[in-house]
Amino acid sequence: MVANVETLDDFLKTQVLDPWKGPKKVPAAEYFTSGHRTCQGCESAQLMKLMAKAGGPRSIILGSTGCMYVANTTYYSTPWAVPWMHTQLGSSGSAATGTVAALRAMMRKGKMKKEPINVIAVCGDGGGADMGLSAISAALQHTHYNLLILLYDNESYANTDIQVSGSSPYGANSTFSTPGKVKRIMNKRWKKNTAAMLAAGHPDVRYVSTVCTAYPVDAMNSVRRALTIGGPTFVHSLDPCPKGWDYDPKFSHELGELAVETGIWPLYEVEEGQLRMIGRSKRIVEGQFKRKPVREYLRRQGRFAHFIDEDIEYFQKKIDDMWEKWLIPGVIPFAGKLNP
Amino acid sequence: MLKQIEGSRAVAEAIALCRPEVVCAYPITPQTHIVEGVSELVKAGTLKNCEFINVESEFAALSVAIGASAAGARAYTATASQGLLYMAEAVYNAAGLGLPIVMTIGNRAIGAPINIWNDHTDSMAVRDSGWIQLFAETNQEAVDLHIQAFRLAELLSCPVMVCMDGFILTHAYERVDVPDQAAVDAFLPPFEPVQVLDPANPYSIGAMVGPDAFSEVRYLAHHKQLEALEKIPEIAAGFEAAFGRASGGLLSGYRSEDARTIVVALGSVNGTIKETVDAMRADGHSIGSVSICAFRPFPLVALRDAIRHAKRIVCVEKSLAPGLGGIVASNVRMALRGVDHRVYTVIAGLGGRPIPRASLRDVFERAETGGLDDVTFLDLNWRVVNEQLVRARDVRHSGPIAENVLKALNPGRGAAAK
Repeated sequence: MVANVETLDDFLKTQVLDPWKGPKKVPAAEYFTSGHRTCQGCESAQLMKLMAKAGGPRSIILGSTGCMYVANTTYYSTPWAVPWMHTQLGSSGSAATGTVAALRAMMRKGKMKKEPINVIAVCGDGGGADMGLSAISAALQHTHYNLLILLYDNESYANTDIQVSGSSPYGANSTFSTPGKVKRIMNKRWKKNTAAMLAAGHPDVRYVSTVCTAYPVDAMNSVRRALTIGGPTFVHSLDPCPKGWDYDPKFSHELGELAVETGIWPLYEVEEGQLRMIGRSKRIVEGQFKRKPVREYLRRQGRFAHFIDEDIEYFQKKIDDMWEKWLIPGVIPFAGKLNP
Repeated sequence: MLKQIEGSRAVAEAIALCRPEVVCAYPITPQTHIVEGVSELVKAGTLKNCEFINVESEFAALSVAIGASAAGARAYTATASQGLLYMAEAVYNAAGLGLPIVMTIGNRAIGAPINIWNDHTDSMAVRDSGWIQLFAETNQEAVDLHIQAFRLAELLSCPVMVCMDGFILTHAYERVDVPDQAAVDAFLPPFEPVQVLDPANPYSIGAMVGPDAFSEVRYLAHHKQLEALEKIPEIAAGFEAAFGRASGGLLSGYRSEDARTIVVALGSVNGTIKETVDAMRADGHSIGSVSICAFRPFPLVALRDAIRHAKRIVCVEKSLAPGLGGIVASNVRMALRGVDHRVYTVIAGLGGRPIPRASLRDVFERAETGGLDDVTFLDLNWRVVNEQLVRARDVRHSGPIAENVLKALNPGRGAAAK
């Protein structure tokens, strides 16, 4: 079944991937199977599994360098049951663009059947929020190509043993930002607001969302929506990382939930220019759910073990500002009024 | 069809004749006119079913081409100089994956200092990336090499760089015979990939490989280049049979069969060298030249056969390996291993410096009498060099070298030197 993105020609059609109403409706078939060698409790691997399931068998995955390449995809034990290709750390957006362009040219020529194929490029926070940002931005400008960029954000260069990235939280301990006796806080940069930046900066993009694997059905449905709506789309996932965040692997889901419940990771989607908060984040905005103190989230992780009260208060204030002072809470950070 | 046409335009028309399905464009002088030309041919409908993609960097240009080629499309891009270095990681990746992408290099110097003019430093920087590198001597050959390049690339599943001298070829208007579509279609069959991203037959491309297999994978990349040594002459012969003119091949000699001095060079400078050879022959000198078209794979045997009868070899090369000297000469010496020849390196034409016949004749005659250094910089201004060396020795804060050199070249102009 296909849906028209634009009525111009067949090559712009996407697969219609209706949302799954609850976990019992999710099919059993897996396209990200055994063989990956990621850490116990790795939520990025979980995200790959959910993404592959959500996209289904007619998908091509392009994986830029990162955990989900090096730890995940080695010959003889590759977990992918759909076609997968490595692309450079900085080129997830470019590779996806090229693949989509090729499929379109070949379908138009009659070298391939005119059946829509999902093209999904995955990148980590290093590949997405740091090195590959310009390529993703460029891909999001090619509005006539159907592709999804999925950013799996474990908040560090985890594959190379946890170095700070532009997506690492303020103050987090990493091998490049180890707290010391003289300097306690080495990473003074605030986490990049990547999804909202891309949504605001590319208003013709029809779908941008944030997800968290702690809410797997929502995450899968977000991927399905992104693939169905067509054009270039972007999904940003926060993935708790036991090794990088320093906690017992059994708490991965709990930490994902806490990231949302403390307001640190707002869940939202921007569809056709319309912003919607999702799940618990929606309830926070509506006043139905009181944000938990960030202390509950920070104190569960070894990467913040060096924080003193002052640091936690600073963190809390930044989050409070994000919800109370921003133009759009949790999304667009400009304070002030449009008609002063 | 014979045309009086700019080199870049002729190449653009040749590319269109090869019916690429994905072309990526990013501007960098002196290559830009080529992709501009392809863009026009797409928009005019001359090149049909081609996705012409504007990208945000050269790294993206080649990454898009990689994604396209892996999906089974014939992919093309062009770059030069800084752009080639910016895409270097993807250059190696395309070769490692065995994706038959064709890319034009409008050869240009590499900064710093930035210099937009011609030399071969850019292509030389990626000579060992696993790409086949073909150097065009004329615009006609540039056109013909592109048509052969797609055939070669797809036959071997190996990417091919067609290198043409920036400005000297890319911007020169001259007579070029651009083939017709039917002839190119007959010569170049549609692309059939050996590996493809296909949901009906899924596998992983470019997954990680450990020490157990990596050497074998790398050897096979080397083997592919060795195979190319056979395929390049075959394809050139097939091209000549189909189009009625000789183009490409591993190398070509000019009055070299009986020459005691043989000049070896890449690209358009061979035109000047041939004229110098003619003039010296007329005066009784025993001299000839060999133009190397295939620099990777390097034609060790063919070159050895072409030059071993000579007494001395002079390599005129438009690139410099600082700390070593000549890159071409180093390769030529390997072809001559076991043969007792003098191999001279003449570094010439860096950053667009003209290579006049008189200067070439001077170094060739000095080579004949044994009066040439192993590494010679053609027309180097030693006064300026020595002034800067003294200045750098005497003054700690001696300033930017390039500016000092210009000041020394133009005394009395600009701000007075400190």
